[in-house]
Amino acid sequence: MRKAGRIAAALAAAILATGLSACGSGDGKTLTLYNAQHKDLMQVMIDAFTEQTGIKVEMRSGGDTALANQIIQEGDSSPADVFATENSPAMTLVDRAGGFSHLDAATIGQVPDQYVPSTGNWAGFAARSTVFIYNPSQVTEDQIPTSIMDLAKPEWRGRIGVAAGGADFQAIVSAVLAVEGEPATAEWLAGLDHNAKIYDNNIAAMRAVNTGQVPAAVIYHYYWYQDQAESGEDSKNVKLHFFRNQDAGAFISVSGVGMLAASDQQAEAQQFVSFLTSDAGQRVLVDSGALEYAVSDKVPTNPALTPLADLDAPTIDVGSLNGPKVVELMQKAGLL
Amino acid sequence: MAYPRPLLLACSLVALLAAVPLLFIIGYTIDVGWSETWRLLVRPRVGDLLVNTTELVVGGMLASAVLGTAAAWLVERTDLPLRRVWHVLLAAPLAVPAFVVSYGWVSLTPAVEGYRGALLIVVLAYYPLVYLPVGATLRGLDPALEESARSLGLGSWRTFARVVLPQLRPAILGGSLLVGLHLLAEFGALQMLRFPTFTTAIYDQYRSSFNGPAANMLAGVLVLYCGVLVVTELSLRGRHRYARLGSGVSRTAEPARLGWLTVPAVAGLGAVVALALGVPLASVVRWLLVGASTAFPVGDLATATATAAGLGLAGALATVALASPVAWLAVRHPGRIATLLERSTYTANALPGIVVALTLVTLSLRVLPAVYQTTTLLIIAYAIMFLPRAMVAARAAIAQAPPVLDDVALALGNSPMRAWRRVTLPLIAPGIGAGAILVFLAVVTELTATLLLSPTGTETLATQFWSETNDIDYGAAAPYAALMVALSTPATLLLTRSVRRGP
Repeated sequence: MRKAGRIAAALAAAILATGLSACGSGDGKTLTLYNAQHKDLMQVMIDAFTEQTGIKVEMRSGGDTALANQIIQEGDSSPADVFATENSPAMTLVDRAGGFSHLDAATIGQVPDQYVPSTGNWAGFAARSTVFIYNPSQVTEDQIPTSIMDLAKPEWRGRIGVAAGGADFQAIVSAVLAVEGEPATAEWLAGLDHNAKIYDNNIAAMRAVNTGQVPAAVIYHYYWYQDQAESGEDSKNVKLHFFRNQDAGAFISVSGVGMLAASDQQAEAQQFVSFLTSDAGQRVLVDSGALEYAVSDKVPTNPALTPLADLDAPTIDVGSLNGPKVVELMQKAGLL
Repeated sequence: MAYPRPLLLACSLVALLAAVPLLFIIGYTIDVGWSETWRLLVRPRVGDLLVNTTELVVGGMLASAVLGTAAAWLVERTDLPLRRVWHVLLAAPLAVPAFVVSYGWVSLTPAVEGYRGALLIVVLAYYPLVYLPVGATLRGLDPALEESARSLGLGSWRTFARVVLPQLRPAILGGSLLVGLHLLAEFGALQMLRFPTFTTAIYDQYRSSFNGPAANMLAGVLVLYCGVLVVTELSLRGRHRYARLGSGVSRTAEPARLGWLTVPAVAGLGAVVALALGVPLASVVRWLLVGASTAFPVGDLATATATAAGLGLAGALATVALASPVAWLAVRHPGRIATLLERSTYTANALPGIVVALTLVTLSLRVLPAVYQTTTLLIIAYAIMFLPRAMVAARAAIAQAPPVLDDVALALGNSPMRAWRRVTLPLIAPGIGAGAILVFLAVVTELTATLLLSPTGTETLATQFWSETNDIDYGAAAPYAALMVALSTPATLLLTRSVRRGP
């Protein structure tokens, strides 16, 4: 017993030592990135950044809104230097709380106007389009809705999948709120609460459409394109429909990046934001296989994708989307 | 009775630490105010969650009680062939975390989504919590009572119902209570099965608002729910005395003859083991083979394993160190204050990891920013969450070490320190070790608190497994699942052995 105890103690010490040494290695500068973007994509971009600048970046992953609220709660003690999201409402949340530093003019100049908020405190670096996906064996062409608002109608009862808890769908709801106004959005959400089957995330929703558990879902485009580019296993029975016509369901969501006011490495943080939005960074994004849209108009998007200009998205001020209001409305409707 | 001052102080600090999440939620609720609390709690969604949670908890407790008791009786009291093998196989699902069982099933068929699937999976994952204590109790019962009942003319069924079952009551109720508390706090397994309960809803609220009012209000409901369970168990347990003077005759009961029932009994147990152990493990192996072709990141796997094991050991040591003085006080200096301090270490029991973690995030930022996102804070969170496991084991161990032996050692001229080290410690060490093993098992598979509190860049088997499963990359998740099972197996085996040796 005593011997076993000693062995255990020695093992514990050894394991802790390796664990600790694995954490604190490295001599150069290290940025801490709170990352809500897909880890794989961000890692590729980080690697390219480190190669170019020698600055290391450590990632802490989480969802858009959780990380945004965490940053706000951390305030001046936030360990984060940079924050990157999948969708803009979380950027706006931090911006309104005064969490970001102002970006320099050169960085803002790299990004087309519609992807930068009027405050100039963060910049878009990727974009994704809302898409209606369906299983053709369960939804015929003439049953495809003309607007995302139709999904609240009784004929969609139990037939539409959404990832209500995730930031992606909540961003789509924020677009509905921006385009249609609060009363119409509340009514729509109430209908959706009756109709929707809730999934954990977009991949799970797409898989459910593929296997016929739910006839249709609303997700972002790149989940389908990524799966098609790999094996097609989870999307072979799934077809896409873009709503277009400046419908709220044709919403194009912007992934943003900004540097935190609480960071004591402003210059390096600025470099990181600048890299993600630069031509070099945008090219890494396009080549990564993530199949999200680049925001730079100088870097051609992957030819597999429908060009952004053809998607006829509604015009929405990128800094105006209201995440907290969406959460409140979704709570009221029962979706959260 | 006078309490030793330093001990009392130490115990008060432990009790206070354990009560931190509960106090935080109460304070938060008062802060939020009545009308906002009402708005967040009295709405249809909360009603749905209440129904779901209740269905799952009640169904899971009943089914685990029946299954666990039946299995224990078959193994301990019948002429079932290969009883020792069955014992190990029936306890083994403890080594397979609930979210791995869930993963194993859901990656095979989506048919397990929803209530029935969730019930099936939680029962398969948690019935050993009833099986083990009931089996241990059956082993410790003096068969003379049953033989008297038989000789007085009761048939074997009525003997079981009127003599054996009442004596099993504390074990069945205690085990079922544990199942219920686990189910209240279960997250990963249920999230994968798309079966929303309070805990998964709290996670959704966290995703949408971090430490917002809605998450804390739901946590408040969960605390009340936990209180209801504990009180119900206490009142069902009643005031009967189960102990007797003298330990009776320690001998094995005459095993019941199964006869032609052997075949259905073996088939039934075989089915339980196949579903609880066979399906998840086969599924993990299948995905290992599928995933091996694409990615097998040896470095990541090794780091995550070392981190999980290191955190498990550190968490176990810290938790046991905090639990032992309180257990000592409760056993050796019983009284109202001791009871109060001991009970308050149980308060975080039904709180999901995410609630404990959010509390600690807020508090550490306000009070002690230096520990924020450090391993220290993570270990503290583990200690708060898993204190009850260490407490139960330490209490039982200390209760079995008679104080008179200390007195004898002192009378024979040993210094108090030496008496404690040479007499008391060896007596209580195995029990406290069992508590440490329980905590280790829990830490290795802990998910949500680890996600929130760990230092940036720290990944454990559980967090990596979860991240891959979230992307529905079942192949990439498989090695992490396999390693969690591998890391848990030796601890589980030790546990079944110490239970076998136990009273």
